[in-house]
Amino acid sequence: MRAVKRQMIMAVTGAMLMLVSSVCFGSGIPDEITINSIQKYYSGVNFNHAAHINNLKDCGLCHHHTTGAQVSDPNCARCHKNSGAQAVVSCKGCHSATPFTPEALKLQRDQQPPLYHKDQVGLKGAYHLGCVGCHEKMQGPTGCQDCHKRNESGDKIFHSGSYAPKTTDTPKSSHH
Amino acid sequence: MIDRRDFLKGCLACGVTAASIGVAGKNAFAAGSFEGYPDSMGVLVDLTRCVGCRSCEAACNDEQNLPDPDLPFDDKSVFKEQRRTTDKAYTVVNKYEVANKDTLFRKMQCNHCNEPACLTSCFVNAYTKTKEGAVIYNSKVCVGCRNCMIACPFNIPAYSYSSPTNPMVKKCIFCYETRVKNGRPPACVEICPQQVMTFGHRADLIKMGHDRITSNPAKYVDKLYGEKEVGGTSWMYLSSVDFDKVGLDNHMQNEPIISNVKDFLGTVPMVLSIWPALFTGIHLLATKNKGGHGDHDHEEGDEQ
Ligand code: SF4
Ligand code: SF4
Repeated sequence: MRAVKRQMIMAVTGAMLMLVSSVCFGSGIPDEITINSIQKYYSGVNFNHAAHINNLKDCGLCHHHTTGAQVSDPNCARCHKNSGAQAVVSCKGCHSATPFTPEALKLQRDQQPPLYHKDQVGLKGAYHLGCVGCHEKMQGPTGCQDCHKRNESGDKIFHSGSYAPKTTDTPKSSHH
Repeated sequence: MIDRRDFLKGCLACGVTAASIGVAGKNAFAAGSFEGYPDSMGVLVDLTRCVGCRSCEAACNDEQNLPDPDLPFDDKSVFKEQRRTTDKAYTVVNKYEVANKDTLFRKMQCNHCNEPACLTSCFVNAYTKTKEGAVIYNSKVCVGCRNCMIACPFNIPAYSYSSPTNPMVKKCIFCYETRVKNGRPPACVEICPQQVMTFGHRADLIKMGHDRITSNPAKYVDKLYGEKEVGGTSWMYLSSVDFDKVGLDNHMQNEPIISNVKDFLGTVPMVLSIWPALFTGIHLLATKNKGGHGDHDHEEGDEQ
């Protein structure tokens, strides 16, 4: 009786896994992704996923080993050469938007196995290091506002746009 | 006259404060080579990641309520010259053209030394090294003698002369009061789009730095700058080029600056106790000889 139950659980889990992977690799691949989880000083980015897939072909360049594609990074390949598709493939699924909270620091410290995942960049770092790094190599846009327009609070903190310093001596705007 | 009287009053008050702090602070240095507080936080700066966007400068200005900049923080014309930290900018990003390599940028700010030369050189004990690793200061105690400015191996402390009678030290404090004290990362770390800076426990960051070098030896020079330099610093650096090429002295001694001045420091308690008397004496002499307006600056300079 127990064994049957266990088999059923395994079958159901298997079916669910297949479902997840078909979502990831079937028609489930989004053509456009709105990156807007961190937009304090800039507006969100409407990321043309389809165009990037067409240009690059290799999912692993951005998604590492998670899509089941061959990983190009030899360090990742040590463990993930055949590890297959993962349930989570989105950037924010792994890269934390708040990588330096005491809890996050503890998590990273206790990471098992304590190898490459330990030095995982936060979400903002993952986006920019990935995007800007590749754009530099492939002559894509690299200016901040080439991808996302700065908003009002961005102008304020950068003392730019309508908040640019006046050439004549004017008293400091009272935004603090 | 007012200036001088204030200065003397300050000296007297400071002498008393310093003498009392001196007793409490002694233990911290009694151990000889001090490896930093065990729970010290730090920042690992990976120079290979910086794109020179100056967001960190903007965030620092905002967080520390610094005066308006002369130019917007997205103005890249500042890279034409090498800048240093000032009383209006606790961090500045400089650009380094390295032959056969890409351009590198380096953000400079206080490195929050384990054994800060600024702290040991300060005869009124205006500086404190907190258990979180931050080197902070009490500007109310500062008499503006500029010892720390000269002592700092990284040329960091700057002075605010906005009040001529009370010049005070100004430098990065690791966002101690508003953030690090409460377990939050400094403002520059948080805003940086490239995660150039990794905030964490210093001990973890040392491992992380070496791991980055080991897993990518072609990318980095084999050195974690700040692990050993001047007794270790809370802020440490990884680079793809020799540190000399990005404005960091590659031959910095591993011994803390305190070792150079130990003999001098031995005399400090005595100096502190006689300092007010000394100044009063000089003051009286100067007043007698010159009928009041002596060259205060010269006097002050001589004593240092
Ligand atoms: S915010 Fe980061 S990438 Fe931008 S200049 Fe500062 S350290 Fe460099
Ligand atoms: S870098 Fe300079 S100012 Fe900062 S702690 Fe070290 S000696 Fe003091």
